[in-house]
Amino acid sequence: MSMPFGYASPEQIMRDKADYARKGIARGRSVVVLQYVDGILFVAPNPSRALHKISEIYDRIGFAAVGRYNEFEELRLGGIRYADINGYTYDRSDVTGRGLANLYASNLGRIFTESIKSLEVEVVVAEVGETKDGDAIYRLTFDGSVFDEHGFAAMGGQADAVATRLKERYRESMTLADALEVALAALTEPGGERPPVAQLEVAVLDRNREHRKFLRLTGARLERLLAQTSTPPQAAPPAEPSEGGTPGTPPPTGPEGDVDDGSSPL
Amino acid sequence: MASHRDLPVGLVNQLFRNNGSSSFTEFVSSYAPELLPQRDEVLATPIGDQVPHATTIVAATFAGGVVMAGDRRATSGNIISQRDVEKVFRADDYSCMGIAGTASTGIEFARLFRVELEHYEKLEGRTMSVKGKANRLATMIRGNLAMAMQGLVVVPLFAAYDADKDEGRIFSYDVAGGPYERERFDAIGSGSIFARGALKKLYRDGASADDMVMILIQALYDAADDDSATGGPDVTRRIWPIVSVIDADGFRRLSEEQVSAYVEQMLEARLISPDGPIAPLR
Repeated sequence: MSMPFGYASPEQIMRDKADYARKGIARGRSVVVLQYVDGILFVAPNPSRALHKISEIYDRIGFAAVGRYNEFEELRLGGIRYADINGYTYDRSDVTGRGLANLYASNLGRIFTESIKSLEVEVVVAEVGETKDGDAIYRLTFDGSVFDEHGFAAMGGQADAVATRLKERYRESMTLADALEVALAALTEPGGERPPVAQLEVAVLDRNREHRKFLRLTGARLERLLAQTSTPPQAAPPAEPSEGGTPGTPPPTGPEGDVDDGSSPL
Repeated sequence: MASHRDLPVGLVNQLFRNNGSSSFTEFVSSYAPELLPQRDEVLATPIGDQVPHATTIVAATFAGGVVMAGDRRATSGNIISQRDVEKVFRADDYSCMGIAGTASTGIEFARLFRVELEHYEKLEGRTMSVKGKANRLATMIRGNLAMAMQGLVVVPLFAAYDADKDEGRIFSYDVAGGPYERERFDAIGSGSIFARGALKKLYRDGASADDMVMILIQALYDAADDDSATGGPDVTRRIWPIVSVIDADGFRRLSEEQVSAYVEQMLEARLISPDGPIAPLR
């Protein structure tokens, strides 16, 4: 028996894993999550009507993911089990998006360090509050980093380009139709064609709904909504600095961003 | 117990293990069995008489939906233990359940059943069929049989709107399970024999939701009239029955004002004719 051939430094191993995951995530299409006046909107171009990228987790919590379907589906199911068991043990109001984001973060982080292959996924956990100040959008990358996003998040595919377009158009307290328009504009490359209605997966967390806030927008309802804003996307309005975010720099995203080395306060 | 996020790694991993079942109850029974209402221990003495009991629930279908109503009384033996207990629960957007028997166990069942339906819906991405929901509830009731034999009996009544048939459906149960699908109407609990008698005379096919709510309020009054464990409308405290309507638009519980309008109308008529509406003889 001989020693395994060659030596790779831990830094190299981590970098290779991260590169591998980033490539996998960048291969798919982007998903956009953003705040609107009554809650949070999820938009994902998705040709499959059976394999969802967006899902309900609990009364006030929604989930969106990009990357390998089987991997984020496991995360989704685990999240639902976590939420349901906590809500059943305590009370429905005791299930929070923050708790779920932390559960995902610890699992993603452990898998990233312990497994040969990290998960090729990026996930958004969004929670709608009683008012817009209570809304929260957490974006989690394959290595378990959590980003507390303000107003909007884009991930997967050409995430940086999508995030930049989204940042240019996003305004606070948009109507649902406007928010959908902004999301579609961000998801469409300049000069590109918009995905047809049948290939759009759209859902909202609407704070005005009773009991369960999550609602899928499909069929006639979605078409009506799209018809409300046939106006062409405006040229970039004066960019409002998103609260808390550093103006000028796009939010860090998986495909290009650095691996979290633990030095960030998040 | 700490939040389920803080459990040891081995247990947390169970959250991410797919056991191939979409049932919440099955998941809990392997993950945290002590949370389930089912208990295996044998009680030294039956305590059935000492814990609050929920009493009468009525349900009836109307054209395109179903109505369920319940009185507000809970009794322990001959004591009224609560005047404003709630015994009709929303299960999901298109179904509800009412409970009779041991109130505490019944409330736990209602809570578990709600999560059970939602859990399936979220995992599978589709709503469970009406028959599937009724069967799930039967399994839960059957699991309580050992406790029922010791006096902690729970019997639910399940009502749902069936979107495929565009009609309301009612399922009843016994202590060993079920379900038994009921045509038109059913009642459970101590006042059910009287309520069923009233419903038999008052029920009409193709009635509107509005009429059917009135019929159920009348039936509950008749039950309270003859059964001491069933509470009638409490005029001084303004405590009215709980009435829930399920149709194509989903589940909605009538507000206090809406129910009080029905009750006041009924009470006014009963001042003239105390036994309520008279069914035509031929």
